[in-house]
Amino acid sequence: MEKTITDLLYLVSIILFIVGLKGLSHPETARKGNLTAAAGMILGILVALFEPIEGNNNYGWIVAGVALGSGIGLVAAKKIQMTKMPEMVSLFNGLGGACAMLIGLVEFYNLPAGTDMMSAAVFTDIFALIIGSVSFSGSLIAYGKLNGSLRDNFKLPAPQVINVLTLIAVIAISVMIAMGDSLDFNLVIALLAVSLFYGVVFVTPIGGGDMPVVISLLNSFTGIGAMGAGLIYGNNVMIIGGILVGASGIILTVLMCEAMNRTLLHVLVGGLSGGSGGSGNDREQVVKEVMPNDLAIQLKYASKVIVVPGYGLAVAQAQHTIHELEQLLTAEGVDVKYAIHPVAGRMPGHMNVLLAEADVSYDKLLELDQANAEFPTTDVVLVIGANDVVNPAAKEDTTSPIYGMPILDVELAKTVVVMKRGMNKGYAGIENPLFFGERTKMLFGDAKASINKIKDEVNQA
Amino acid sequence: MLEILIQFIGENFGMITILVIASFLGMEIISKVPTVLHTPLMSGANAISGVVIIGAIILIRRAEAGDYFSLVLGTLGIALAMINVAGGFAVTNRMLEMFKKKKK
Repeated sequence: MEKTITDLLYLVSIILFIVGLKGLSHPETARKGNLTAAAGMILGILVALFEPIEGNNNYGWIVAGVALGSGIGLVAAKKIQMTKMPEMVSLFNGLGGACAMLIGLVEFYNLPAGTDMMSAAVFTDIFALIIGSVSFSGSLIAYGKLNGSLRDNFKLPAPQVINVLTLIAVIAISVMIAMGDSLDFNLVIALLAVSLFYGVVFVTPIGGGDMPVVISLLNSFTGIGAMGAGLIYGNNVMIIGGILVGASGIILTVLMCEAMNRTLLHVLVGGLSGGSGGSGNDREQVVKEVMPNDLAIQLKYASKVIVVPGYGLAVAQAQHTIHELEQLLTAEGVDVKYAIHPVAGRMPGHMNVLLAEADVSYDKLLELDQANAEFPTTDVVLVIGANDVVNPAAKEDTTSPIYGMPILDVELAKTVVVMKRGMNKGYAGIENPLFFGERTKMLFGDAKASINKIKDEVNQA
Repeated sequence: MLEILIQFIGENFGMITILVIASFLGMEIISKVPTVLHTPLMSGANAISGVVIIGAIILIRRAEAGDYFSLVLGTLGIALAMINVAGGFAVTNRMLEMFKKKKK
């Protein structure tokens, strides 16, 4: 009787996950979807707390863990800046992986003496331990790379070789555990260590521009790890919830790759990071600079201006400042819009979130195709801290590592102004011929300071 | 070895069926997503993967009162997964709040 009730409640929880995930994939229903999934999670946790289980319950420990985790999680979610969202997601994801890893470890430790090592119990423990560990350490590396504490060029020598060797070690130790007569806990520790190391090896060679794809993939791994832990307990919510995340994560990963015109394999082998300089390097190249006061006048008397925001805008926290400039120009009768590249920022959709935070009206945002249709009739394009998404090398230079990626054709506009700190290369580490274009002018300096200067000049002009 | 595998599949056939169907369901649900939603969706799905917390709860409920290895690591697991759950849903909600249509 009680068993049936808990099973039914677990089923409701599963349905809420499915409905919630479905809602999250449509703009109008996304918020409701998120809340629905959260409700499913709360129900699942409540049922897990009170379903009939033989044991000591140890509720004190559980309450302590839940209170500690919710406290940290909620405060972190509230305090985090919107620009730091990608690394936050990555970190959260790693913690979920760590939980699957710990479950695998403890279940091994508690394996009853005399358990057949060739059993489903051992297989599922191994599975949860490996996937959880890889997801945990991989996510931490991704986190470190995104927030800059790990340099992007931090790499292991001969990554492919180490990758394959580590993978072989993971499989070999797993087989040794399963083939043993009884459990050798030292082997479990070894498996844990090698799996953690594999996560590091797996993520380190991947270049910064591809990081969102990797986070999405690791997210999928954590889902699969949760499924593995669910198999240990025969818990349907964990199994189905985990596999839903696992499967949708893979699809999302592929969609993100498509948005950048890259294949998943390409990302994993690491393409962008080792980019060559392109062909135009030996030519004498001169850039033209523009002063804020000149630019302000150009902007004020333009009829159409398009802003191309990039991560540089985000790090300078200039999304509010650019919105103020936009309002100022609009008041002068200038038509101001924003061109959003699908991968602007550090994650697809990231830039939309940042601009929304600054109250930029939704109908001012142009998608790639819309923007490209409008550039030829645009007077001034302001490229703010975006490099790779406006790099014409993606269209012209077949040797370029970003060749084939759809880009914003800003060079079609009458004037292009690129705001940058200096002449260093963009995130993908490749030269941008746009900077040397005939209609291109550079404005060097911090994005926020520059835009503020322009604002003042517009006011005075 | 093969026998064990066949036996394993036979014993868990219901489970395997569910796994396969749920995988397709997951892919089907997400097959069309606008780019704008990629980040919130990733974040929301990430929070759902915190469902692993249920395992840590069951683990602790089953543990002996004096089994500190299980209790401490299990509690750590709950805390970590709970950060993922609470933080994940909260941060997703924060992101999505910004997409609300502004009143004109």
